[in-house]
Amino acid sequence: MSNVPGDLKYTRDHEWARQEGGRMRVGITAYAQEQLGDVVFVELPKVGARVTAKQAFGVVESVKAVSDLFAPVTGEVVEANADLAHKPEIVNQDPYGKGWMIVVTPADAKQWEQLLSAAQYEEFLAQGGH
Amino acid sequence: MPYDNQPAYDRLVFELSSPGRMAFSLPESDVPVEPALAAVPEKYRRRQPAALPEVSELDVVRHYSRLSQMNYGIDTHFYPLGSCTMKYNPRINEDAARLAGFARLHPLAAEALSQGALQLMHELAGMLAEIAGMDAVSLQPAAGAQGELAGVLMIRAYHEARGEKRTKVLIPDSAHGTNPASTALAGYEVIEVKSDAEGQVDLGDLERHLAADVAAFMITVPNTLGNFEPRVTEIAELCHARGAQVYMDGANLNAILGLTRPGDLGFDVCHFNLHKTFTTPHGGGGPGAGPVGVKAHLEPFLPVPVVARREQTYVLDWKRPQSIGKLQAFWGNFGMHVRAYTYIRTMGADGLRAVSENAVLNANYVMKRLEQHYDVAAPGPCMHECVLSARKQKKLGVTAMDIAKRLLDLGFYAPSTYFPLIVEEALMIEPTETESKETLDAFCEAMIRIAREAETAPEAIHQAPVTTPVRRLDQTRAAREPNLRWRGQR
Ligand SMILES: Cc1ncc(COP(=O)(O)O)c(C=O)c1O
Repeated sequence: MSNVPGDLKYTRDHEWARQEGGRMRVGITAYAQEQLGDVVFVELPKVGARVTAKQAFGVVESVKAVSDLFAPVTGEVVEANADLAHKPEIVNQDPYGKGWMIVVTPADAKQWEQLLSAAQYEEFLAQGGH
Repeated sequence: MPYDNQPAYDRLVFELSSPGRMAFSLPESDVPVEPALAAVPEKYRRRQPAALPEVSELDVVRHYSRLSQMNYGIDTHFYPLGSCTMKYNPRINEDAARLAGFARLHPLAAEALSQGALQLMHELAGMLAEIAGMDAVSLQPAAGAQGELAGVLMIRAYHEARGEKRTKVLIPDSAHGTNPASTALAGYEVIEVKSDAEGQVDLGDLERHLAADVAAFMITVPNTLGNFEPRVTEIAELCHARGAQVYMDGANLNAILGLTRPGDLGFDVCHFNLHKTFTTPHGGGGPGAGPVGVKAHLEPFLPVPVVARREQTYVLDWKRPQSIGKLQAFWGNFGMHVRAYTYIRTMGADGLRAVSENAVLNANYVMKRLEQHYDVAAPGPCMHECVLSARKQKKLGVTAMDIAKRLLDLGFYAPSTYFPLIVEEALMIEPTETESKETLDAFCEAMIRIAREAETAPEAIHQAPVTTPVRRLDQTRAAREPNLRWRGQR
């Protein structure tokens, strides 16, 4: 079973979100990077861009497939991980740490509550993860 | 073994170069050369000669002959690459395409001098329209993907002509990557529709997404799991009721020739991959051709020119004010039109129906023989291809990629892997109708042998391939640090 840290929230599209003060850091889960295989390219929005919950904010390309990245919450991008441009492999190596993707200031802090808890995400994975 | 007796050869023609060596000797020029160069403004002139290989005629012949011997193609091997319909390309197609009247005709020759070619294009479009149940066909697109682009642009022009503003196109999550790509290129937002557990369109999800701003739904029939969508007419009706057009990706037409027709199922547009279903060369031997067929309400929007018949003569009709415009150099890949025309005329209606019946039979035979050894992605019977999952083998440490590589050692081209994306460790096998039972059996035995090796000797599979000119390539590094051209040693 994949690593699912208890302090994070999750989406059914396999993104994670971590609360940091009023902001949220976002990346893809260990399960997602395992399914993708070696990540070769990540395309992220610019700082200042607006993202919308459940809509694509970027693209991750692996040796197997190109997939959209879906925003867990609606808000404004305040940071994007520039390291991923030349070191996409850190998404595989450290998906919950150095492999983070963006930091968002949510338009509405209550959105956090609507995301899946670690237990709910684990159950979702146990059912097949689709 | 596929590559036995093949000495390893990995030279680039540039590496054969030797200064001053050449493959020709022309007589001394009796006209001055300087003035020609003087006509080129100084800033456009090269400072150094172009770095072209300097080789003899024999160097060239040997180099390319050796490369061609390393080729892995339908003429040498079974090639069950799912979704690609790698079937035998009859040699009579090549005879027809080499007829001087076709092969030496300049595309800009006057219409009066091109009547035979124009007639062939007109008749081929008519035959494809009949096969698909469509009202009109453009032969212009150079591949399936360009056919999709043309089709989606026609749908856009249609909605615009009616003053409707629609901005989205729905596509199932099982679709081939070109579907969302061509749709996005045509200016639409792509919305993914979920598949159900069987890999079929989830009607509830489709209905939820079918809002007033949806321009079209694009679907592959049979779908990419190799199954016929049982509710396809219902899907078409649902879309039409909401004002959306329905597009059929015709990549899998090899399953339904003479059995059913996209037009009869309710589709407004569909493309044909001549390099799949209609035996024009696929891959390195291309180029491709992806004609697109439409129902009458979309006909005004066809790309120009349209080959039309005016009494006894054939003309290129450019006066079509609502056309989406011209898409491709000249009139499309005409040499492929000749081949597809030849194929259809030599097969006839009964022959084409037999093609699909045998393609379906062969795929089901393979599925049946392999189902105890591999998981099947969707319950059968399947249509012209079957999708297996190596999820059982993955638990033993052997992935679909490993199986694909091992097959190369055993003398077979690999099936498509990791497509469709909704199937874990997918192996998509399309045997086609042109393979004998003996070949199918040999392939199945190789697959069964690999399933056993996964249990007893997985390490050996990880080493594969060992008989090919190059061993396992580092795909990840190739994608992360692409090295796309020879940089030379000068
Ligand atoms: C299902 C499907 N759709 C579309 C295409 C695109 O066709 P083409 O490669 O001719 O552009 C393919 C090609 O492999 C396919 O398999």
